[in-house]
Amino acid sequence: MVVTALVFDFTNGFHDTGNAMAPSIATRALKPKQAVLLAAVLNMVGAFLSLTVAATIAKGIVDSSVVTLGVVLAGLAGGIIWNLITWLVRLPSSSSHALVGGVVGAVLAAAGAAGVNWSGLVSKVMLPALIAPLVAITVGVVGTMLVTRVTRPVSQKSNDRSFRFGQIGSASLMALAHGTNDAQKTMGIILLALIAAGAVEPDAGVPPWVIVACAIAMALGTYTGGWRVIRTLGKGLVRLDSRQGMSADMSSASVILLSSHFGYSLSTTHVATGSILGTGVGRKGATVGWSVARKMFLAWGITVPAAAAVGGLCYGIGELFGPTVGPFVVFGILVATSGVIYLFSRNQPISAHNVNDDWDPTVNEESILADSVTMHNPSLMRVPKAPRRRKRRPAPVPKKSKGSKNSTKSKKR
Amino acid sequence: MGSYVQWGALANIVVFGLIIGAGLPTLYGLGVRSLDSSSRAVGRAAGLYKAGAYACFALVVLVIFGALAFIAAGGH
Repeated sequence: MVVTALVFDFTNGFHDTGNAMAPSIATRALKPKQAVLLAAVLNMVGAFLSLTVAATIAKGIVDSSVVTLGVVLAGLAGGIIWNLITWLVRLPSSSSHALVGGVVGAVLAAAGAAGVNWSGLVSKVMLPALIAPLVAITVGVVGTMLVTRVTRPVSQKSNDRSFRFGQIGSASLMALAHGTNDAQKTMGIILLALIAAGAVEPDAGVPPWVIVACAIAMALGTYTGGWRVIRTLGKGLVRLDSRQGMSADMSSASVILLSSHFGYSLSTTHVATGSILGTGVGRKGATVGWSVARKMFLAWGITVPAAAAVGGLCYGIGELFGPTVGPFVVFGILVATSGVIYLFSRNQPISAHNVNDDWDPTVNEESILADSVTMHNPSLMRVPKAPRRRKRRPAPVPKKSKGSKNSTKSKKR
Repeated sequence: MGSYVQWGALANIVVFGLIIGAGLPTLYGLGVRSLDSSSRAVGRAAGLYKAGAYACFALVVLVIFGALAFIAAGGH
């Protein structure tokens, strides 16, 4: 049970820490590996700093009297599977929502609509999810406008240098903030599980070993798999310069820290994405990848219901097999799904070496390359084992007339 | 829907978010600008610019650590 929760934290690390580090990697303030390591460490620190949010998750959303271990397990499974799916398609959807959705789904399946604390769900989760990006966008826009205005007379070069330095600080803060908010959600769930198992009193706080275990799981997740989402955020959304990067980080960090402080469980994902979008809007001449943004918003919209569906389903399956075998079956499904998704992800690996490549020119370049090769000498055509994502220059294209001659010749052969 | 939204907390987040989230980068930007001017100015002006820049940076750092200490103290 606890293991499953830790797995969730692991996928959360996959998913969310990317947000914290995306700007500084995209502007090359930090090397990708350094950045992720830094994020991992600071996440851990952040997890120790504040525990307000854990309480909200554990107590505010579902009626804790209907929560059984089976429910929590199914909820977690729902959250993890949804996390991995969005990770696979590189969308920074909210893992907190996935988690909440999964738990709500499982509770719905177990106890019906009465088991869910609907007003808590709406006021603590759904509405903040709408509001968070807006707040972050506002702060991001204002910050970027002010910063670019203030530093206008400074040369681009010294701007870049200074703000890269500043970004290291702001990105660290962001990672810390992430730890104070997101790491706690899992702690909340583990607390829920412990309460359900009767290991601790219903009004107990979070035991220290839970904090440590969560933090470690998350750090590991970040270090092994954060690249995919980093790429979307850092490259797909807005072309960031280092000034925007710092504004984005500071804006998200402050919004997250403040909301942690007020016990508002915001999604760090939403805030970070909002901030990055905001910096794109706030700077004249910056381009915002609205199509990517639209996809993200869509994903946010369906996260809770989708994860709820998976969570409910898992609970149903678990019930089908009875209380002794059920949990193992659910766990098995979880492992199987994760394995499949992992295999899929190998198709298009994204890691430290290519996280910063330009956004999706590869498709075009590959096809240009393929075209020119087929035109001139099909024997050169080899199918690479796996499509590589490294940026490739198109091969020097010889003159058209010669090319077409060659191709006709080779076809005859 | 009014009771669903914690307007107080929200207002706090927006206001402080703007002050800190937008203010600190701006302050840092001011520092950078001032430092840049100091490299071009001569004599006393250069020193003044430089002092201003470092004051800005120091203030940024101070605010951040102050805020963290506040949260660490208040959150538990």
